[in-house]
Amino acid sequence: MRLLAILAFAAAPAHAEKIFVSNEKGNTITVLDGATHEILHTIEGMQRPRGITASPDGKFLYVCASDDNLVKVYDTASYEELPSLPSGPDPELFVLHPSGNPLYIANEDDNIVTVVDVNTRQVLAEVPVGVEPEGMGVHPDGSIVVNTSETTNMAHMIDTATYEIVANVLVDSRPRFAQYDSDGSHLYVSAEIGGTVSVIDTAKNEIVHKITFDVPGVLPEALQPVGVRLTPDDSKIYVALGPSNRVAVVNGETWEVEEYLLVGQRVWQLGFSPDSKFLYTTNGNSNDISIIDVATNEVVKSVPVGEQPWGVVAIQ
Amino acid sequence: MRKTVAFAALVAFGQPALAQEIVAAVIRVDKPGPLPISRLDLMPDDLGFAGGTLGTADNATTGGFMGQTFTTLEVRATLETAEAEMQRLLDGGIRFIVTLADADTTVRLADMGGLVFNAADTSDRLRGVDCRANLLHTAPSDAMLTDALAQFLMWKRWDEWFLIEGSHPEDTALADAYRRAATKFGAKITETRTFEDTGGARRTDSGHVQVQAQMPAFTQRAAAHDIVIAADHAGVFADWLPFHTWDARPVAGSAGLTPVNWHPAHEAWGAMQWQSRFEKQALRPARDQDFQVWMALRSLGEAATRTNSTDPQVIEDYIRGDAFQLAAFKGQALSFRDWDGQLRQPILLASGNVVASVSPQPEYLHQTSQMDTLGIDRPETECNMEGR
Repeated sequence: MRLLAILAFAAAPAHAEKIFVSNEKGNTITVLDGATHEILHTIEGMQRPRGITASPDGKFLYVCASDDNLVKVYDTASYEELPSLPSGPDPELFVLHPSGNPLYIANEDDNIVTVVDVNTRQVLAEVPVGVEPEGMGVHPDGSIVVNTSETTNMAHMIDTATYEIVANVLVDSRPRFAQYDSDGSHLYVSAEIGGTVSVIDTAKNEIVHKITFDVPGVLPEALQPVGVRLTPDDSKIYVALGPSNRVAVVNGETWEVEEYLLVGQRVWQLGFSPDSKFLYTTNGNSNDISIIDVATNEVVKSVPVGEQPWGVVAIQ
Repeated sequence: MRKTVAFAALVAFGQPALAQEIVAAVIRVDKPGPLPISRLDLMPDDLGFAGGTLGTADNATTGGFMGQTFTTLEVRATLETAEAEMQRLLDGGIRFIVTLADADTTVRLADMGGLVFNAADTSDRLRGVDCRANLLHTAPSDAMLTDALAQFLMWKRWDEWFLIEGSHPEDTALADAYRRAATKFGAKITETRTFEDTGGARRTDSGHVQVQAQMPAFTQRAAAHDIVIAADHAGVFADWLPFHTWDARPVAGSAGLTPVNWHPAHEAWGAMQWQSRFEKQALRPARDQDFQVWMALRSLGEAATRTNSTDPQVIEDYIRGDAFQLAAFKGQALSFRDWDGQLRQPILLASGNVVASVSPQPEYLHQTSQMDTLGIDRPETECNMEGR
């Protein structure tokens, strides 16, 4: 095992960028070289991997293995599986505290958010939220973690010190994803069925704007916002629009949609390269990821991965 | 170390001082009838009610954040007691009634008052000549179900149909819906036969011996066809058709590939979460009626949440309004058609243990909602609510 790990490590330069893609149907994680986009490795041995993230130092990979009812943990250098974290039933999405600990996990089937210490692997709290918790976001200062519940249609703001809900904001139907801007003053919540992204002023916990989408020739019901990511300077907001096969580029100041980028089929989640120069999209129905050049908003490449890619994270 | 936060502590934030209550009722009118062909189709004792329990629980979780509580009464009735039970509910001030009843009973109950959600009957006449202004339908219509199948068959280029209809009035109505769907989408019914219900027990020990001889003979020498379509609302014969037809042709409609509103194997669009919640609570797989009662109660819950009101008129207006969107695990927002009160919704095409396809098929477009390619559209409705 040790020898294998060393070999794998030697095959990839220590500081090269790696892209990890969870393949929901393939039951695998595809590891791509960030520069060449060649497949470096395929991690197997999990059931229905969906949410995927990495520790701030890039050393550990966390994967929601939904049908294993576990969060699987991997060494990003050796791909060795490390002891799993308890997750509660059917984990779908999660978010790490900015410090790297704890992990906040949405449990779709149980209307709870599970808080897990990634070092001790202990469950610290179970916070009751609305029906079908899904999206998870964390304030940049770590004080608030937000969960969105898909049938209750709310963003629940949870105080990370007390594990109590301090505010609930009603958003549009089936909220999927929650993303703060860099200073935490605004929270963006996508609503898959509602077809909008709500912009929430986090000081007042009120919706100040709803971003809507319109693509000529595309059925309005196909414009289903899911993944949301902001550039580090908050100037651009990227929104994955599901079965419309498009990613919207939204102006971070005016909240106007500036462009729609055609990517692969049923685009689900988004992730930036570590230098934020590229955005990766997971395209569930075409079994590939699209690579968007952030400076030019051009879709520069499609790279085949496993079956039904769901989430993506890139590390240095 | 483990800390479970008490729910009561959560609802304290920013709530109105007084909890507001929304009361609804589910009334199921059972009538005596023969048993289904397959014992797998025996009616669960809590059919429909179990979906109501889940809908109420889902509403209550959301209501906890809104300061709203939800109560749902379950009423079991017979054809003889249905009206008295309905009157009791209306006298008790209950405005929202979900019915699980046949077409005639549904109309009779709706005419007594309240806002009635039909969660069981699929008759087109209930959305057409017999429509009511206070009657909404979470159950799909026969026209929606048959159109859903027709779109798929046209996509397959299986456009020559051998239609076998039962001898009960509801079978004829369903066969009429297939005839309408064939005309609408360009299929040709090359042969029609009627399977007479001669009564007797639907199941007998070793009954398959006779069936194996009878069904091929019944389907022999039919005009050339791509597929056999069974219109058997009454459940008399369709289940016996697959593999017993004279010609080697697939069967669809009331058996084989069946258009349904819900299926225990449906897991797309988050449906897995609904299935898990339902099965954990009811200890059985869900059926159409369970899902349809759930949708009726969730419509109330959604309206109460969005309007932040428990005023029945506010809730009803919102449900009927343009802003209403019901998320119900079909991949898009559902809403009620204003011309006949029908919930527009995609239809699942089930083949045995899996969901084989979902209609509307992507190739069928519509100027307002693709879902309106299924069923009776505005220009063709026979419903005249103003006239009532």
